[in-house]
This record gives sequence, structure tokens and C-alpha cells, in this order.
Amino acid sequence: MPNGRIEFMGDIYSIWLREMIRYIRARSRVVTSLITPLLWLIIFGSGFSSSLSFGGSGGSTNYINFLAPGILGMTVLFTSIFSGMSVMFDKEFGFLKEILVAPVSRTSIVLGKALGGTTQASIQALLILALSTLIGVKISGPLGLAGALALILVTMFFTGMGFVGLGISIASRLENIEGFQVVANLLVLPIFFLSGAFFPVTSLPDWMKVLVDLNPLAYSVDAMRYAVTGLHTYSIMLDLAVVFGFFVLMTVLGSVLFRNVR
Amino acid sequence: MKAIETKDLVKRFEDVEAVKGINLEIEEGELFGLLGPNGAGKTTTISMLCTIVRPTSGSATIYGHDVRKESDTVRGLIGIVFQDPSLDDNLTGRENLDFHGRLYKVPRGEIAGRINDVLELVELSDKADVIVKKYSGGMKRRLEIARGLLHHPKVLFLDEPTLGLDPQTRRHIWEYIGRLNREKQITMILTTHYMDEADQLCDRIAIVDHGKIVAMDTPDNLKHDVGGDVVIMTVPNGGEQLKAKLEQLEVVKSTQLVDSTLRLSVDKGETAIPIFMDVARQEGIAVPSISLHEPTLEDIFIKYTGREIRAQEAAGGFAGHGPGRR
Repeated sequence: MPNGRIEFMGDIYSIWLREMIRYIRARSRVVTSLITPLLWLIIFGSGFSSSLSFGGSGGSTNYINFLAPGILGMTVLFTSIFSGMSVMFDKEFGFLKEILVAPVSRTSIVLGKALGGTTQASIQALLILALSTLIGVKISGPLGLAGALALILVTMFFTGMGFVGLGISIASRLENIEGFQVVANLLVLPIFFLSGAFFPVTSLPDWMKVLVDLNPLAYSVDAMRYAVTGLHTYSIMLDLAVVFGFFVLMTVLGSVLFRNVR
Repeated sequence: MKAIETKDLVKRFEDVEAVKGINLEIEEGELFGLLGPNGAGKTTTISMLCTIVRPTSGSATIYGHDVRKESDTVRGLIGIVFQDPSLDDNLTGRENLDFHGRLYKVPRGEIAGRINDVLELVELSDKADVIVKKYSGGMKRRLEIARGLLHHPKVLFLDEPTLGLDPQTRRHIWEYIGRLNREKQITMILTTHYMDEADQLCDRIAIVDHGKIVAMDTPDNLKHDVGGDVVIMTVPNGGEQLKAKLEQLEVVKSTQLVDSTLRLSVDKGETAIPIFMDVARQEGIAVPSISLHEPTLEDIFIKYTGREIRAQEAAGGFAGHGPGRR
């Protein structure tokens, strides 16, 4: 039914639009949320660059170039997962009821939220990328500048959609806002630390290697690192396949769990 | 066709039966009130009619559409003003309305005009582009009412529309509600535990207590039901004794003793009072004050439930309210 499909797309757009208005309105928060990743990049990047250089399949690079894609992954991870969990704040402040009683399908709410969070995450990450070139990060991968940007954007999109979906899934299961901190510390930080954002994952202890291999963010960082430096651990096809699979899985999970939210 | 019809509507939560078989027939254009203390099952009843809560058993239809089987159709027919705030504080008033219009598929060509119309109706036109965070409680409530009307619903549900507002703002909101009902012919159902609100606004009232309707009629008929006048005596000691004595009098139609307040309904208060005082004097019971008034809904409520609605409120009984309450 084409009419139904137009309505479905319209609903997704409406939800997305609200997320974006809120994002633009919180400009000061946008700026402060750029500071943390930039500090990581400047302090760790410059600090280690002076004494370390990294090699792998595809050449070698200094640490700040190695770290930059990891920081992009971190930005996407944090922005999108917390954006998904904002469902919980909508619930706490009553606005979710307004959405839930409207003649709108649950799936379009989840997709609209996910697109909103992903758009925000991508804007944040692209700002970081632009700023990082000012402090010496060079895009020197084999794809060229345009190719690198395209690969980064595609990777960020599916990674963002996936983590918003995960955020929505968690928020749908949490009873109250108190659980938020627990999730942030016990789930988000390990995902970040075990993504290979800071260090090469080729010669890790076995137990750690397993955790990294199971971590979708590791593939995302790997693809973006390939774009920026040419270094990579997995094949690019595997990276993209995992990131895409993660997106599909989390969207389905988010939609299913969100259906039971009251 | 009835605007709203329910048959033996029941809602059971895990261990509580919040609504125990409610039967309603509400006509198009009617302003109908569900009056009862907190936890009586008013919000649960409304939530079932709004498709938010699934009935355990029984049936409910809005213009013939079943709330369970045709929930999408029903959602398009109704507007809701929730008991708890449900605006996005970070959007402006106009943006909140625009978002609502999109979700309810108001044609894009009409949306701007309709937003201006409803804002004018609730006198918020000059605040339309202010962030809702900066609105007062009364303004937020008015914006929610405006939002409930934006998609031209046939039925508007108002759950405790003036809860927590100051008397002046409450009166203001009553005016809007009354005017909307008269001018736009929108069927309205409101829940309240304010007697004056139900009395002022509603065409008909159902008194709800412990999940059941204990009385249903127009406010005037309900009051007439109690009949004549109400005499209220303060009896600090010996209330039971006095009540027993007075009940034997022919002029007394019914009595209620709540704490040290004895209420008697009589045909003619002026002639009954001297008789009552004589009886009290004979029994040696002190009556520091005695007053006479026309029956109010409060008297009706006491008649049917044996309690004062305010006493009930003070004693707590917040069953049926979610944790998200602010």
C-alpha cells in the first residue's frame, strides 16, 4: 500500500525532526561534547606520537593518526547509544505517552530515533575529524580523501544506527533512570576500551582477542582506520558486513523491545 | 450512535482489580464527568478508552469502534489531555503542536492555520514561539488542551485537567473547556476529584468509588436525589447517640456521621433545626455549631460512599498512579 508507506516515511521524518530540533537547541552541550574526544586525541595522541609508531598490514603511521579513527568510533558510540537511551528521559518526563498514543507504528518511532541519533553522531564525528586535521592528523589511506570520507560515512551510519538501536533496547528494559549510570559504565566503556581504539589488536592475549572479535565497534574502528591510515586488522568486507549486520540486528531488537514499552 | 459505550469494563492489574465492571453510554456532544477520589479507577477507565491500557474483560467502543480491535481508528478519533505533563520542554509551543499535527496526519496545508486557531482559543498566541520550559503550569495545561484539539478529535479526554493549578487558572481552564464543548460540539470526558469542577462543567456525572460507578445522573438530579436541605451539626461528643435519636424523627431522610460532623438531609431545614436543637438539649449533648445548606455534590458523594472525598484523599490511596508522577 503506497499510501501507508508514505505515512510510514513521514512518521520517521517527524520523529527525526524533533530529535534534530532538540540537538540544535542544545548547542552548548554539542560544543562541550566535542571537548572530551579532542582532549583524548591531543593529549594521548601527541603524548604517544613522540615515542611510538605503529605498523600493521598496510604500512606504518604515527600514533595520532592511529588514534584518530578510534576517537571517531568513540564519538559515534557515545553519541548514538545515549541518544537511544533518551527514550528513557522521554518516558520520565511524560512525552513518550504523546508519541505512544499517536496513530504511529512503533517501528517508525524506533527508526526515526535511530536516524536522529545517527545524524547527530555523524555530525559530531565529522567535526572531530575536521578539527583533528588541524592538530596534525593526515588522511593518507589508499582510498584518497573522497574515498576515505565515503567509507567513514558509511561505517559511521551503520555503527550509529546499531548503537542507537542498542540504546533503545536498553532503555526499553530499564525501569528507571538510575540504571543509566550502571549501563554507561559497565557496557559502554568496555565496548570502547575493547575496540582497538587505543592499541593494535593483532597481538593481544587470547581472552582479550575474543572480546575484541565479538565487539562490533572493533570492526567499525578498523574500517575507519583503514580509510585514514591504510592500516587494518580485518578485511574491509568483513568490517562492513559486521557493521551492517549489527545495524539490522539492533534495529530488529530495538523495535521488538520498544513494542512493550508503556 | 453513542459517542462512547462500555459494557462491564474490567481491568485487573497483577493483584488489584482497579476497574470492576463499568457501564457507560455517553451521547455525542456531552460533557461527562467521572468523579471520585484518587485511586478510584478513573484514570484506568480513561486509559482503556484511549487504547493505552488493555481491558481485562468487557468491551468499550468509541463511535462504534472497538478500543481493542480497532485501536488505530480509535486513536485518530480521540484527543487526550493526560494527568501528568506530556510536553517536550525543549521545544516551543508551536513546535510541540507541529509535531502533534505531523503524527496525527493533519494535512500540511492546514497545519499552520489550525495551530494558530487552537493557540488563539487558549490565548497562547503571543507565547507560541517561547520554549515550553519557560511556561507556567497553567500555560502548559492550556497548551496541552490546544494540542488535544489540533487534529479535530470527535472525543476529547481530560484526565484531571486542573490538578495542581491555582484557583484562578482553574476557573480559566473551565471556561475553555466549557466553551469548546458548546461551540465545537466535541464530546468530552473528564475525570476529577474536585466537586466544584464536576458541578460547574459537566452535563452528567458518574461517581466512581473502588472501581465501580455508584451513581450516575446530572448534577442537579443527583443533588435533588439527596433532596431538600442538608443540616450539618458539629457534635464533638455523643455523635452516635444523637444520630440514633434524630434518625427516629419523621423529618429526617438520611444521616451521615463522619468524625464529629453529623449531616442530616431534611425537606425543610428552617423548621428542622429547632427540633434538632431540642433533641440535643434533652439528651444533654453539646452542639457548638449548626448550619444549613443546599445539597452539594459533596453530600452526594458522602451519601453513596459513606466518606468525604477530601478525607479519602488525605488518607492516601494512590493506587493506579505510575511512578512517573511528578
